[in-house]
Amino acid sequence: MMTAIVFLPLLGCLIAGLFGRVIGHRGAELTTSGLMIVAALLSWIVFVQVGFGDEVLHPTVNLFPWIESGTFSVAWSLRLDTLTAVMLVVVNTVSALVHVYSIGYMSHDPHRARFFAYLSLFTFAMLMLVTADNLLQLFFGWEGVGLASYLLIGFWYKKPSANAAAIKAFIVNRVGDFGFALGIFAVFVLFNSIEFDTVFANAAAAGGMTLTFLGYDVDAMTLICLLLFMGAMGKSAQFLLHTWLPDAMEGPTPVSALIHAATMVTAGVFMVARLSPLFELSQTALTVVVVVGAITAFFAASVGLVQNDIKRVIAYSTCSQLGYMFVALGVGAYGIGIFHLFTHAFFKALLFLGAGSVIHAMSDEQDMRRMGGLWRSIPLTYAMMLVGTLALTGFPFTAGYYSKDAIVEAAFAGGNDPAMFAFVLLVIAAVFTSFYSWRLVFMTFHGKPRASHETMSHVHESPLVMTVPLGVLAVGALLSGIVFKPYFAGYEHEAFWKDALFLAEGNDIMEAFHKVPAWVVFSPMMAMAVGFAVSYLFYMARPSIPGALAARFGGLYRFLLNKWYFDELYDALFVEPAKRLGRFLWKSGDGAVIDGLGPDGVAARVIDVTQRVVKLQSGYLYHYAFAMLIGIAALVTWYMVAGGGGP
Amino acid sequence: MSGWPILSVITFLPLVGALFVALIRGDDAIAQRNALFVALWATLITFLLSLLIWIYFDPNTDEFQFVEEFPWLGGAINYRMGVDGISMLFVILTTFLMPFCILASWHAIKTRVKEYIIAFLVLETLMIGVFCALDLVLFYLFFEGGLIPMFLIIGVWGGARRVYASYKFFLYTLLGSVLMLIAMMAVYWEAGTTNIVELLEYDFPAGMQTWLWLAFFASFAVKMPMWPVHTWLPDAHVEAPTAGSVILAGILLKMGGYGFLRFSLPMFPLASDVFAPLVFALSVIAIIYTSLVALMQEDIKKLIAYSSVAHMGFVTMGIFTGTVQGIHGGLFQMISHGIVSGALFLCVGVIYDRMHTRNIDAYGGLVNRMPLYAVAFMVFTMANVGLPGTSGFVGEFLTLLAAFETNTWVAVLATSGVVLSAAYALWLYRRVVFGTLEKDSLKSIMDIDRREIVILAPLVLLTILFGVYPAPLLDVTAVSVEALAQDYQAAISAAQAQDSASLGGL
Repeated sequence: MMTAIVFLPLLGCLIAGLFGRVIGHRGAELTTSGLMIVAALLSWIVFVQVGFGDEVLHPTVNLFPWIESGTFSVAWSLRLDTLTAVMLVVVNTVSALVHVYSIGYMSHDPHRARFFAYLSLFTFAMLMLVTADNLLQLFFGWEGVGLASYLLIGFWYKKPSANAAAIKAFIVNRVGDFGFALGIFAVFVLFNSIEFDTVFANAAAAGGMTLTFLGYDVDAMTLICLLLFMGAMGKSAQFLLHTWLPDAMEGPTPVSALIHAATMVTAGVFMVARLSPLFELSQTALTVVVVVGAITAFFAASVGLVQNDIKRVIAYSTCSQLGYMFVALGVGAYGIGIFHLFTHAFFKALLFLGAGSVIHAMSDEQDMRRMGGLWRSIPLTYAMMLVGTLALTGFPFTAGYYSKDAIVEAAFAGGNDPAMFAFVLLVIAAVFTSFYSWRLVFMTFHGKPRASHETMSHVHESPLVMTVPLGVLAVGALLSGIVFKPYFAGYEHEAFWKDALFLAEGNDIMEAFHKVPAWVVFSPMMAMAVGFAVSYLFYMARPSIPGALAARFGGLYRFLLNKWYFDELYDALFVEPAKRLGRFLWKSGDGAVIDGLGPDGVAARVIDVTQRVVKLQSGYLYHYAFAMLIGIAALVTWYMVAGGGGP
Repeated sequence: MSGWPILSVITFLPLVGALFVALIRGDDAIAQRNALFVALWATLITFLLSLLIWIYFDPNTDEFQFVEEFPWLGGAINYRMGVDGISMLFVILTTFLMPFCILASWHAIKTRVKEYIIAFLVLETLMIGVFCALDLVLFYLFFEGGLIPMFLIIGVWGGARRVYASYKFFLYTLLGSVLMLIAMMAVYWEAGTTNIVELLEYDFPAGMQTWLWLAFFASFAVKMPMWPVHTWLPDAHVEAPTAGSVILAGILLKMGGYGFLRFSLPMFPLASDVFAPLVFALSVIAIIYTSLVALMQEDIKKLIAYSSVAHMGFVTMGIFTGTVQGIHGGLFQMISHGIVSGALFLCVGVIYDRMHTRNIDAYGGLVNRMPLYAVAFMVFTMANVGLPGTSGFVGEFLTLLAAFETNTWVAVLATSGVVLSAAYALWLYRRVVFGTLEKDSLKSIMDIDRREIVILAPLVLLTILFGVYPAPLLDVTAVSVEALAQDYQAAISAAQAQDSASLGGL
């Protein structure tokens, strides 16, 4: 069954990709979506068996060997434990819904077969990632989803901005993968294996060992965790490596929902949780995770406050929520982090697909400044977006209420300074989250229509094939928290996770976070209320305030609007110098120095000489052959003279 | 399988084909066509025969197999042929790529077709000979002789600046080969034999190893090519016809790496150990420097040529770690690069045949009219980038892994190459394939035809197959590679033990 879950999407990809012309667009859509639905249903069965069954051990499915060289050996295999099962459910459910939704959303696109092939390819790579039994297969899935993301962001290849965004996504991710790869090497040097079971079994013994890295003796486990975390930062768009995610919104909206909200970007969170036996051994690494997560949550939310593109607001929101998840992981509450990953997948996919429905209705308009007053025309979409917003902001009894608040509580319960730092930033970020989420709703659905009359006359509710997936996700956004909380993060968590997540001795965060003071428990809710109130004031009651504020605090406004100027900074620091250096090395290094002193200089002399000595049409071949002849003659002579008396 | 001299047969079969071509009368269209068909059959049969080597190859021994030996040049210098796990795959790679070269030349070459084909077939004989030769003199003949047809191919059928490209090619290789020749004489003078099998067992004195290593290095580093003696390669590639570039990138570059594996590492282990830091430094510079240079290229072939230099940097880095993974990775990287870079040059050839320009700015939006081409090009681009699941990844990963065990600085700097390679390769792809098709000259461009599908499809399949399941390549080489690494480490530790013993004696 595991094999079927993982390879059905690949089958769909191959059918749609290779035979797309034969079976037609409709055939490709139905094949890939059908296979995905089967895979999704199977993953729920596996999820129930693994999470709620008594059977603790599930055999790893070994497929065939991959790379074997000396003592290094890895195989293709499918690992199954609760963590994998949770990811299977998330990936396949959202993917199946996005497949179905795309049938409607992409119905006017002439390259639909290719689109569905890419979607299925992505799903396959993501499944390989979550079922990996060793670091290298994880890396394969990791780069595989990167490839699919690159292809899908650049799906509309005629748009230069889409191409630029696709390349940016791939390269920024590669920067993270640079660390990931080094981390894999370090693991192999330390453990002589990169199989999870072997590594985890020997991890405790390796605690406190040192490795020499770049001339320094450093704690091996800290080094490994930080290098691997660099990969997670790239994939999950954490602070400093986040710049690709907002640009990735150039891709079709279903792609944003699947890849850049629900699944691929959470791969970093998954990785840290999977490697909890290693991270638990390095307090330094965990502190870094907390701090990076907290800064990201705050930073992205602050940028989200002022964005005007409906998808970019949600993208920054995703970035921010990923920061929340990392804070949970960093304080050792892996179950809570994954819980938020799980609920977030539902409501963020819902928001994105809802935004897609809005964009679809508005004839591809994405700027919220040209929307407004849509709730009457597309009431169903409006309702769905409301559900998503409530869940994201953590309205009581929705999914976000359980998972996000648990993270805030866990941060407080973490106790140490970094955790308190994170707690403060997360609460502020919660205010921001509530503000920009409601701002989005108000600007899009309320107030007076700001779109042209022509656009407004075309506004229509999306077809059933798009609204049904929205409905399913809305159910998840409402119920996934209340239903699963006891298992993911509550008192049942040990029976549920079994040995999939590792908590070091003395890590009692999963108990402690239940016992935080009441004001901590209520702080996220207060934050939500404040954010909503301010947003209502700004965009419903007194719409003149935002403009006045932006004018008053022009510097701050531009700083946020321009995303803290990270793109400009990176351009000036890395992109332009690399280009200049490349040109310099080419023209001056290769051209002037090496060629000038080497062949060109010598050639000039040779030409002088040959022209004087003899005029031949192409003398160089002749010379060459001549030199060789002399060489042979010399060798044979040598043999005759020196070696004649030899054996 | 010792009944008949299979290595000599596949080595000289292309030469027989060349004779047939030479016998074809006339120079009209029919004669040209016949010549091409003769060449295609000759190379195909050679390839199929060479597969027998793979089938009957015993992967459980590091001994030379299919050995042939005849007296030649009076006793001590013999005609000796044989393959082991290190050379066997290069033979297959050579015979495998040749039919593609002939097919790629089908319409591209219009003048002196017969001579062109003869040059290629002679070249094939010489290249196979390099990988099979078990005698220094024989090796030298094949090694240097192979340059002459290549020289002609660039000089006669090349582009506008072919004469300049030939200069460079000539000057660089002359420097290297003269030094190597002197070193070979010294080897004979010291060991009293030119038999490579015996030389592999011979312990050269440490002081002599240094000089011999440097002399051999001069030749192999130029071939590889390593920074800073790489500047002949971009020019040679740019001027060479498509098939010439395929052979250049696919096979000729591998002779340098093969030389390191056959001579430098096993015969001069102590010197290799001493000079390993130098090789690492040059490799790392090659990876970063040429990747940056590749980023700024305006000519497609030049860009791919520079990326070849960077990829060869991984090979030299891997080989001189002297570990199993490093050597294995270097070997795999060479085979994979032979397939992938050959395929990339074939891809460039496809559009060059249509548009007669290699300027990146002359293209853009090809995917609109050439979807199949776009797919093939994407697969090879990803392999060039080293995406896991393509053959480009395996070698790169193993060499980097080995480098990390040896020296973390080297590994960190070399790994940064994965970021840069993504940058130049994807940027190239975007500028050539993606975007809107705006240029009038491209509006009527046709997608790849059946001949081109036959060329590219097998390469696509192999690129992915060896990426997902590299075992066929890794397994046949494993024993030889392990023996090589073991001998290398043993020689070094023996020397160290002797050093400390003699110190203790004082």
